[in-house]
Amino acid sequence: MTAPTAPVLQTGSPRLIALVAQREITTRLRSKSFLISTGILLLLVLGGIIFGSVTAATPENPRIAVTDASVVAEIGEFIDEVPVGSLAEAEELVRDGDVAAAIVPDDSNDLGVRIIANTSEPRGLILLLSQSPPVELLDPDAVPGGLAYLVAFAFGIVFFSVGMTFGPTIAQSVVEEKSTRVIEILLAAVPTRVLFTGKVLGTSLLAFSQIALIAAMAIVGLTVTGQDALLVGLGGPVLWFVAFFVVGFVMLAALFAATGAMVSRQEDIGSTTTPVMMLVMIPYFLVIFFNDKLLVVSVMSYVPFSAPVAMPLRLFLGSAEWWEPLVALAILAATTVALIALGVRIYENSLLRLGARVSWREALTSR
Amino acid sequence: MLEIRNLDKRYGTRQVLDDVSFDVHPGRMTGFVGGNGAGKTTTMRIILGVLTPDGGTVSLDGAPLQDGGRRRFGYMPEERGLYPKMKLQEQLVYLARLHGLGSEHATRNARELLERLGLAERGDEPIEKLSLGNQQRAQIAAALVHEPEVLVLDEPFSGLDPMAVEVVVGVLADRAAAGVPVLFSSHQLDIVERLCDDLVIIADGRIRVAGPRAALREQHATLRYELLTAADTAWLRDEPGVDVVEFDGDYALFDAADPDVVQRVLREATARGAVLSFARQHPSLAQIFKEVVQ
Repeated sequence: MTAPTAPVLQTGSPRLIALVAQREITTRLRSKSFLISTGILLLLVLGGIIFGSVTAATPENPRIAVTDASVVAEIGEFIDEVPVGSLAEAEELVRDGDVAAAIVPDDSNDLGVRIIANTSEPRGLILLLSQSPPVELLDPDAVPGGLAYLVAFAFGIVFFSVGMTFGPTIAQSVVEEKSTRVIEILLAAVPTRVLFTGKVLGTSLLAFSQIALIAAMAIVGLTVTGQDALLVGLGGPVLWFVAFFVVGFVMLAALFAATGAMVSRQEDIGSTTTPVMMLVMIPYFLVIFFNDKLLVVSVMSYVPFSAPVAMPLRLFLGSAEWWEPLVALAILAATTVALIALGVRIYENSLLRLGARVSWREALTSR
Repeated sequence: MLEIRNLDKRYGTRQVLDDVSFDVHPGRMTGFVGGNGAGKTTTMRIILGVLTPDGGTVSLDGAPLQDGGRRRFGYMPEERGLYPKMKLQEQLVYLARLHGLGSEHATRNARELLERLGLAERGDEPIEKLSLGNQQRAQIAAALVHEPEVLVLDEPFSGLDPMAVEVVVGVLADRAAAGVPVLFSSHQLDIVERLCDDLVIIADGRIRVAGPRAALREQHATLRYELLTAADTAWLRDEPGVDVVEFDGDYALFDAADPDVVQRVLREATARGAVLSFARQHPSLAQIFKEVVQ
């Protein structure tokens, strides 16, 4: 009764995790829909950069509210005058953002005029005047609007779109193994933890590669179109963004894998992954909508789900101390570790429960 | 030897397995028979560690099985499933490697098995493009590709045409001959009867019978005999101690409790003409099964 000669076994967990991750990656790379969506993303980025370079080449004159046309006589051809009747009316237009700034007579200085702007000094306008008049800021504490919005939007859209495309992908991949029952064979061969780690790792690597590709495209595009000046100010915050993104994405991937395991059919995925979607979406919108409210952004920069967007934004705005991103990153990393442990638990408890959706209570407690 | 001892499993208030114990011996094919919901699949899942029992142990060669100890098991789950979009050979190689084989070794095994199962030309096709019968063969290949030292197959023959059944029977017999304990369940009692060396019958979560098939047959053998002669057999009806059940000219089926009576009948029959066939009737597995389960 001799069993067949046993082959040399290679059963270390790292090797098995790598195998599972590798399958995730190659499967995805072969899917046409993945390749097409990556292509579309790259085209969008490229299109945006080209569009940016075209519009930047033909700047419009700034709209400036003027109470007395004579004070702007010498720079009239460089601005778009908006005549107003009173100082109050000028201030209101500035506040509403209808005009970039206002120039009003002011006898208290030699120049005889002063500039009224909303949140930051309108450097372009000041440069137009041969001598600098004093500048009055109506809301000096607020974050400069336009650029902050753009940067918040850029970080947000990357984190959001990657989370939204790769998150459900990993959930689907988990459900596929359940719905096709291949899971029983897999579990007979490898421990649940190995399977879970491999899937999260594979998807994360794929997401990072896609981001790297997009970033490379953006850098090359900006350089070629001569907009590389933008890159300089963004360098540091972008590096921080990458660090936050890597940890944050792993956290999301673990949550999507765990919640995906709770259902048995692709059609049911939404019922358990929706809370995770909300966790991605809500912070994203908070940062997008409140990017000019420093307090909101400061709070969001410590909340793990929004830190990847909010903290780099604060760094860009220069409103964060040097230690703040480190603390936020530590909080994010700790949360990620905790959520991975929770994810593994849900995953283990749910994998072999076929049929009806596994309830949250069952997923978290039973065995 | 695979030893299953005192397995208990309940789902809520329903006792699915109740003190289930039996052995699967190396080099022997053990048929696992039971009605729907009797507990076969649950038992197999517990053996594979896919399910945790509420009580009891599964051990191999005396050592209780732990995580990772089942890597040398080959398993064919009742619910068939492989990655639908993955190519057949690639998938087999992947599974073999998950079980710990090196890449080359895995590829070699996958090729050989595909050849043997008549799937050699389908290696590059995704599973979902295969016919149902071929998917079934692929599933068997998936259970065997890593040269398992223990085989647990849940309904390996369902969905196979008679030719494929022969192929699979051949493959399994080879594994058993190489010393592998093979446990398989099946609803097709004729195949089980032909194939298995040992038999385990389960009903309502309890093992009713477990042991070598031959002994079981003997144990359940009836006192019924069949006689086919060249002459008429009408005289049998007047023999003392004989109860004729069926009679048709040269053929008779009769019950006789006393072995001496049986021998006397045989002598009498040969004296009256050529005896073409005289045999004690063994019950079919289906009959034994019915008897045991009731």
